[in-house]
Amino acid sequence: MGFCTMAKIVIRNLVHGPATRRYPAVPQRACPITRGHVTLDPAQCISCGLCMRRCPAQAIQVDKAEKVWEIDRFRCIACDACVEACPVKCLTMETTYIAPVTEQTVERHAITYVKPEKKKKPETGQAEG
Amino acid sequence: MPERIVVPFGPQHPVLPEPIHLDLVLEDETVVDVVPSIGYIHRGLEKLVTKREYPEFVHVAERICGICSFMHGMAYVQGIEAIMDVEVPDRARYLRTIWAECSRLHSHLLWLGLFADAMGFENLFMRSWQLRESVLDVLEDTTGGRVIQGTCKVGGVRRDIKGEKLSDIQKTLPEFEQQCRDLTDVFLNDESVKYRLGGLGVIGKSEAYDLGAAGPTLRGSGVDWDARCLGYAAYADLDFKPVSHPAGDCYARCAVRLGELFTSIDLINQAVEKMPEGPIDVKVTGAPDGEYFCRVEQPRGEVVHYLKGDGTKHLTRARVRTPTLANIPPLVKMLPGCQLADVPVIVLSIDPCISCTER
Ligand code: SF4
Ligand code: SF4
Repeated sequence: MGFCTMAKIVIRNLVHGPATRRYPAVPQRACPITRGHVTLDPAQCISCGLCMRRCPAQAIQVDKAEKVWEIDRFRCIACDACVEACPVKCLTMETTYIAPVTEQTVERHAITYVKPEKKKKPETGQAEG
Repeated sequence: MPERIVVPFGPQHPVLPEPIHLDLVLEDETVVDVVPSIGYIHRGLEKLVTKREYPEFVHVAERICGICSFMHGMAYVQGIEAIMDVEVPDRARYLRTIWAECSRLHSHLLWLGLFADAMGFENLFMRSWQLRESVLDVLEDTTGGRVIQGTCKVGGVRRDIKGEKLSDIQKTLPEFEQQCRDLTDVFLNDESVKYRLGGLGVIGKSEAYDLGAAGPTLRGSGVDWDARCLGYAAYADLDFKPVSHPAGDCYARCAVRLGELFTSIDLINQAVEKMPEGPIDVKVTGAPDGEYFCRVEQPRGEVVHYLKGDGTKHLTRARVRTPTLANIPPLVKMLPGCQLADVPVIVLSIDPCISCTER
């Protein structure tokens, strides 16, 4: 019984070819919500630091004064918490995994966001005093 | 009397995915005594509750184990919800059930593959993992993560499964079930497998119960106990019966896990059919003040999360009793009397998950 079932499966597998793929030559399987890695849009980040506070792995460092946003990809567990927390939605969860590396480095991004100038209050012409 | 020698087994051994060390006392080829020791991969995750706020700790809780991750997260959030008296929406309870059962499916298929590998049946190993891949695909499509789902949160779930995706999943179930039946046929009816597993590592019903065995190890000895009968998540609304087998040997434990594949498929089917509409989470404010023991049935057995909070954002204590820890004393009872060559199969038959155990 068991033998015949197994023989059938083996023959089917021989004909169908391998069930695995040659990653990374062939890209990984991904769906729209796959949590691969986090990317930042430096032009939008307002350096509020919420992502840093929410990150359970302490992978993100935001330096408000220096205007840098850093991520340690070795610490990041791709949990999506920072993406959910970001108030201006400048973090995106990409669906691809990062390429394997042999050295731990911290990825630095210079924040290029410029605060739009506040519109001056329309002058009323009646200077109080 | 033959001379006694001690053979170390593990922490690095081809059959073990994770490090556990056993000192096997042998007389010729027969095991007469076993001294287990663990502690190679302690990570201090429980202590992290004092460093992470309670809603964030769920990410850590999920990473206690790489296989039953969803259930660890679920046990943790259920504990917090019980302390804080949060009523979870029905749809969230059902979604949790579906993901928990998918996790069980993939965990059991993983184990079946490893077990086949331990027996030396490589084809069967590949086949089990091939089937497991289809479960992982469903998990990835619905949660975004293959093994770490990250969808549980205090107060509900973070993602919904759309109606059409649910019916898609339901449509693939009959074929998947048939593939599992073929797999079961090989595991249970193949003469070589039967010969390899029958009468191996026997532990009786009362002994298993007294030693506190959990999960399939307990049910493989004929005790009908499954923590899902407590009715957490949506299990109270679903029709389900624990799978058990009276023999108490490796074959019985294997048969129990195979049987549970079909209960899981059936539970997913029922949950999809009864899926209520509505919100998937509620807003939770405040902080947990109190303590709670939360019990959840994982693929390896019953896990207990003990949580204690003092009204601040950080819990004061978390303690996790994992099923593998409970299954080590029965394992020590099973081994004496067996041959050295059978040790890997018996050790694997309790489905040891060491990173859970050491946290
Ligand atoms: S995905 Fe999670 S772990 Fe990674 S940086 Fe964001 S919050 Fe931190
Ligand atoms: S990435 Fe988003 S959350 Fe993080 S500092 Fe920038 S704006 Fe704030």
